[in-house]
Amino acid sequence: MIKINVDMNKCQHYGMCVFEAPKVFKLNDEDKLEYLATAEDSELGNVEAAIDVCPMQAIFIVD
Amino acid sequence: MGGLRAAEALRRFGYTGAITVIGDETWAPYNRPPLSKEVLAGEVVSHETVAFPQRSSTADVGWVLGHRVVSADLDNDTVTTDDGEVFEYSHLVVATGLRPKRQVYPNNIHSGRHIIRTLDDAMGLRDELQPGARVVVLGAGFIGCETAATARKLGCDVTVVAPGTVPMLRPLGNELAQELQRRHEAQGVKFLMKRTVSDLVGEARINAVALDDGTELPCDVLIEAIGSLPNTEWLEGNDIDIVDGLLCDENLRAKTKTGLSWPNVWGVGDVVRFPNRIFDDVPRRVEHWNIPSECAKYVGNAIATGEAGEAFRPIPSFWSDQFDVHILAFGLLALADSSRLVQGSIDGDCVFEYYRGDQLVGAAGIGLRSVVQGYRKNFES
Repeated sequence: MIKINVDMNKCQHYGMCVFEAPKVFKLNDEDKLEYLATAEDSELGNVEAAIDVCPMQAIFIVD
Repeated sequence: MGGLRAAEALRRFGYTGAITVIGDETWAPYNRPPLSKEVLAGEVVSHETVAFPQRSSTADVGWVLGHRVVSADLDNDTVTTDDGEVFEYSHLVVATGLRPKRQVYPNNIHSGRHIIRTLDDAMGLRDELQPGARVVVLGAGFIGCETAATARKLGCDVTVVAPGTVPMLRPLGNELAQELQRRHEAQGVKFLMKRTVSDLVGEARINAVALDDGTELPCDVLIEAIGSLPNTEWLEGNDIDIVDGLLCDENLRAKTKTGLSWPNVWGVGDVVRFPNRIFDDVPRRVEHWNIPSECAKYVGNAIATGEAGEAFRPIPSFWSDQFDVHILAFGLLALADSSRLVQGSIDGDCVFEYYRGDQLVGAAGIGLRSVVQGYRKNFES
């Protein structure tokens, strides 16, 4: 499993991550980011892509 | 950023050869957008907090930092750095980015003048933005306006001087641009549009700027944000086109003057002029943050697999944070000849569509993220 943390002080809910890793990130009905704190190892590539496209660089994989 | 992303992509797509990344800054790759915002506001003060995370896949990449490439010999597959070292390559990825344009004035004093491109630039400006400081921002593009907002939030007395009619006109169109100006003014930022600075006033240090209408504007800190130039001088003398950035084909290969393509010279990022079939076949430089990463992914795959495949057609996107206004956009809005409000209201959250004739070329919004994100599909192949 991989552990994911989003710094919600940085996050501006742009939602770029949603397109890269839709199983992990989503914008809710109020356009706020929601995410899973853990994901299968198979999601690593997608989560790394989400990290790369985050405008605020607010997404981290926790060791 | 382009260099790092290219190295990551090469490894991701299975390239096992040696990779060397050469850059003139001494810092390892970091994220530039916070420079005009969090770094200036003092919320982020170290390289560590803006550095891109380093991945294990690129642990064996050779970093040559603090050295500038001064020349390239594309016929013999070599580049030379400023200390005379010669590097041979099998593939060259050009990702040298931009540098700020600078103005030269009759009284060309330097103290009190700033640009924002590098972390060192931003750190040098940060301590000057004291409450009450009279700040003049030259240029009303995104960097100028973001910097104006940050300085205002820090309590500075801020005036933006620019030659256009409204700030951010080209990327946002008249209606949204006017609204952004209104929101800035509501926060106390002043705009002197259709004005330019004709000279600087002061001896050891700037204390005013002289405007083209003959008036003087008091100024403790001058921030120059008048656009950028591509860093391509080191490529001169080769059979390429560097009139406005490195001209590349639809596979991001550098083109020769006769229209052929170099098989092993690639372009990544805002230094590149490339066609994008989403819109047309006109090569353009695109100064959006997502472009280096998109180019790097494409080029990394092409080099690693030996096939460029489908033409490169990234969906440009940008965002901007100014005060409590967060703009998100997809497409190439600057191509538009008209825009129209399609959701929300102009003084609150809103979404605009941008058209060139009857072709949708972009969408931008304040808030309403899901709606703006929904426009992405209009540009997918």
